[in-house]
Amino acid sequence: MNTIRGAEAVMKSLVAEKVDTIFGYPGGAIMPIYDALYDFKDEVRHILVRHEQGAIHAAQGFARTSGKVGVCFATSGPGATNLITGLADAMIDSTPVVCITGQVASHLLGTDAFQETDVIGISMPVTKWNIQVTRAEDIADAIAKAFYIAASGRPGPVLIDITKDAQFGMVDFQYTPCQSIRSYRPHPVMNDTQIQEAVALLNSAQKPYLLVGQGIVLAEAQAELKAFVEKSGIPVASTLLGLGALPVDHPQYVGYLGMHGNYAPNILTNECDVLLAIGMRFDDRVTGDVNRYAKQAKVIHIDIDAAELNKIIPATVAIHADAKDALSALTQQIEENSHGKWLQQFKELRQVEEQEVIQEAVHPTSEALKMAEVVQLLSDKTNGDAIVVTDVGQHQMIASRYYEYKGYRNNITSGGLGTMGFALPAAIGAKLGNPSKTVVAIIGDGGFQMTIQELGTILQAKVDVKILILNNNFLGMVRQWQQLFFDRRDSFTEIVNPDFVQIAKGYAIEATKITEREALSGALDAFLNSKEAYLLEVVVEQEDNVFPMIETGASVADIRLN
Amino acid sequence: MVQVYNISIFTENHIGILNRITIIFTRRHMNIESITASESELKGIYRYTIVVKTTESQVKKVVGQIERQVDVLKAFYHDDSQVVYQEIALYKIPTDTFMNGGSETIVRAHSARILSMEVGFTIIEKTGQPEELQKLFDELEPFGVLEFVRSGRVAISKPMKTLESYLAEM
Ligand SMILES: Cc1ncc(C[n+]2csc(CCOP(=O)(O)OP(=O)(O)O)c2C)c(N)n1
Repeated sequence: MNTIRGAEAVMKSLVAEKVDTIFGYPGGAIMPIYDALYDFKDEVRHILVRHEQGAIHAAQGFARTSGKVGVCFATSGPGATNLITGLADAMIDSTPVVCITGQVASHLLGTDAFQETDVIGISMPVTKWNIQVTRAEDIADAIAKAFYIAASGRPGPVLIDITKDAQFGMVDFQYTPCQSIRSYRPHPVMNDTQIQEAVALLNSAQKPYLLVGQGIVLAEAQAELKAFVEKSGIPVASTLLGLGALPVDHPQYVGYLGMHGNYAPNILTNECDVLLAIGMRFDDRVTGDVNRYAKQAKVIHIDIDAAELNKIIPATVAIHADAKDALSALTQQIEENSHGKWLQQFKELRQVEEQEVIQEAVHPTSEALKMAEVVQLLSDKTNGDAIVVTDVGQHQMIASRYYEYKGYRNNITSGGLGTMGFALPAAIGAKLGNPSKTVVAIIGDGGFQMTIQELGTILQAKVDVKILILNNNFLGMVRQWQQLFFDRRDSFTEIVNPDFVQIAKGYAIEATKITEREALSGALDAFLNSKEAYLLEVVVEQEDNVFPMIETGASVADIRLN
Repeated sequence: MVQVYNISIFTENHIGILNRITIIFTRRHMNIESITASESELKGIYRYTIVVKTTESQVKKVVGQIERQVDVLKAFYHDDSQVVYQEIALYKIPTDTFMNGGSETIVRAHSARILSMEVGFTIIEKTGQPEELQKLFDELEPFGVLEFVRSGRVAISKPMKTLESYLAEM
């Protein structure tokens, strides 16, 4: 017999799932687990964060660069509620995360005991699955199911709430990984007839157009995507989270979709005759007004989540399938083609965008530095291969537009939720998830201050994260909307900032601030060449706007250049 | 077109699953007209019948999102023409007015039955469609209805396969 405490069963289960990194923060209700963790220090690295929101964003960053499940620990009550934003973020961006929270002893449940919250109730809408465990003997099975559910199908966050008595209870430990759940079918059986229908549509199309999302990355289908694209000759555009699914310098890649995306891929959405969408969910930031979205086109939608099919855009052929399976099948049957004239249309509109927007953005005539030139130079210096973690706002849109993502899983951002404060902790996790890569966090002066305390985590865990602050002294994206849609009434968007360099130095992180164009290249070199964490603050144009832009409620075809 | 839809859901017997299901309606600002839940013909599998008034495009999306839940085995929706459905109602009326007023003929005419008769009150039960239950209520009202309660709807669809055959496919 192998009789151990529930808390130790937690650790042994995690080790059985090959967990080597945990992001967490201790407290009363999870103390038995932390006590057990003490004996696993050699097998499992625990990163002590400075706030539980940091723990879950770090776990998300870790999951997204490593392809593994991110894990975090938090105590009951406030510890658990601090996870909620990250759970919501992971839910909407399909990130596999397992959170383990401590809970008050089971006899106290429902009594408003000290640090008791209904974590199961609160987290239900923002988890793929959650469970409360009140007996030590149920711990191993709960963890096995949690890992299986988090990582399979459309991935997502799972929360396990373990009462303190279950952590102290004794159990004959045995771990069996979960391989199936009766009510849950994560791997859809592809319908070959539908694939044939899709192929027939694509083969006869004059202007076929492929939109890809994060589903490609999650299915690890980059190679299959490339093969399909090159055989079919179809132009490809990407959503925010799909960036890098096809290297941005691929000749058939035509750009980034949506509100601040590129000109051609948005406009020509309303000109294609067959629209093939894979692993993307037609977010409103991508579609603009759905009543004026690709109405002329036959739509083929492929997704692993059946609930996404026909949710926003009705599909002529809706295929419930894994992106990798579907792409392989499509490639086999598709006719070789090169849609030269159609691609040329994208190139011509690209020229317009180059002239009207890109030229001035990357080679500005203004005295002040512009975000785009900073990102462009960073992209050149890292050859598009660094892991770029962005926060939320103008700098995020600029990074998405101007960083040339060529690497594998190198685009990490908060897409669906748009969580300011995501980037700094996510970058910590991203680096630990893929230590051989340079990790650059691009953050606005506003968002940086939402999770700035994680500088302490960088200090303590010695994580080599490059922090690039694009400081415009405004909550820039909101200010842009105020300028465009609220008569320039800058209501509470000007922000008084602390001295970021001094703050970084307080955490023993090397830091530099630049304000002049001449200093940019050298500063970026020092930043990238440093062997440790480094903060570079670049003071940029205060009241700049991100263009192109599709206004809320406008059609993709009405994208504005200025 | 907005109309009545009957949603049938089969789930594992896990704590919180009802909450997971109702959240999906709440998020879409959709009102639940009635809800019933109990164990199905298969042990350990629970069956929910939820009635909503909405459009087909909405109900389809909701059912998709319900079915996506890990602990949900299967979910279906049907309009009223595709199901046979019933509700049950209990009526409590004072025994003396009941005895003296000839209300027994009413009960018989409605194919209702007397469930219990005590000195102070009599309880009548009727199963039927909501309008039928209401009609009996209206006719009993002059005798003084002390209490009235109606269940949610239970529905069985006409075309559905057996649950077992679905489980076998899974
Ligand atoms: C947690 C949170 N609060 C508020 C917002 C709304 N919001 C979106 S962008 C933005 C401004 C961000 O400012 P900053 O971080 O300085 O970046 P910039 O836009 O200037 O690049 C705000 C407030 C949000 N996305 N997330």
